[in-house]
Amino acid sequence: MTLLVGTGLSKAFGQTPALEDASVHVEAGEILAVMGPSGSGKSTLLHCLAGIVRPDAGRVVFAGQEVTAMSDGDRSNLRLREFGFVFQFGQLVPELPCVENVALPLRLEGVRRREAERRALEWLERLEVRDVADHRPGEVSGGEGQRVAVARALVSEPRVLFADEPTGALDSLNGERVMRLLTAAAHEADVAVVLVTHEPRVAAYSDREIVVRDGRTLDLATAA
Amino acid sequence: MSVGQTFLGLLEEHPRHGYDLKRAYDERFGRDRPLQYGQVYSTLARLLKRGFVEVDGVEPGGGPERKRYAITEAGVADVERWLAEPEAPEPYLQSTLYAKVALALLTGRGAQSILDVQRAEHLRAMRELTQRKASGDIADQLVCDHALFHLEADLRWLELTAARLDQLAEAVTR
Repeated sequence: MTLLVGTGLSKAFGQTPALEDASVHVEAGEILAVMGPSGSGKSTLLHCLAGIVRPDAGRVVFAGQEVTAMSDGDRSNLRLREFGFVFQFGQLVPELPCVENVALPLRLEGVRRREAERRALEWLERLEVRDVADHRPGEVSGGEGQRVAVARALVSEPRVLFADEPTGALDSLNGERVMRLLTAAAHEADVAVVLVTHEPRVAAYSDREIVVRDGRTLDLATAA
Repeated sequence: MSVGQTFLGLLEEHPRHGYDLKRAYDERFGRDRPLQYGQVYSTLARLLKRGFVEVDGVEPGGGPERKRYAITEAGVADVERWLAEPEAPEPYLQSTLYAKVALALLTGRGAQSILDVQRAEHLRAMRELTQRKASGDIADQLVCDHALFHLEADLRWLELTAARLDQLAEAVTR
């Protein structure tokens, strides 16, 4: 089942075009790698699909709802309920222990503290970082921090996880561990993943890939 | 893979029959490409001739599979030399792919699609290795990692070539 579709997406920042007539579809539960050189427009594509940026032209439809036609408030609600996010770094709240960071999305949805922290601990366990639950983000390693971030992105059981260079700041071994746990958890929870990366070894964890080149999308499966 | 020196290393561990040697090789190093018996015995014959191995005993019944082989001092020295020497870093892929891309440009065909098709094939292979790694033991993981890093290097070369196609087209058609 197709869960998320972007059609004819264009976006310019000032005079600089970032996307030009880009199209992409994401099936439920699949891991889609979005590859391409720096500056090719892959992050802008992710931001448009996730409803963070409104494209100048084109439509984004998620589960039958047109994201591009929604008000800012509705898009923000959609992101909270249905989407999870992992970025390269700097996404955890430094003042809060890891378990509270992971529980945060649930607390925002109105889940009680004890229940939210119980579920947060379960996710920390799945990402093999249960032992840093009471540490603050500044006290954990880069790889552990990313696994905490993945736990936080998945705790509210979104339908799509958007991951923008999630291993970009990690060495090979830690990057692999993050990818192995991220993809296993996503498959298990039937979460689709849109994975932006320029690293082939990270893209190799996906089920399918598209390439963004000069703001346009190219589906390699159909090219081959 | 140097089969001869790998055999010597296995024989240095302890003497073996040809059949045991093949089995040990296949289990440890030849999962993707098991050895043919012909290759096992031709390799042993070569090592015998060069004095790197000797026949340590023959079991009743005769035939090549009944001989037990042991490494000689010269064989141990050869293993040591082989282990100490770096391998030639061979740019194996570029030669064929470069020829395809250059010929496509020379004959006025699109070269981008050659690179895209190759890229998709490389990623397919990388995906398979990544899956194999997930279920494999540490030996499997290390073998897969080596292949993955090589494929990744090739992919980077494909990307760089794709970014320089205009420049290359100018150079080859000049």
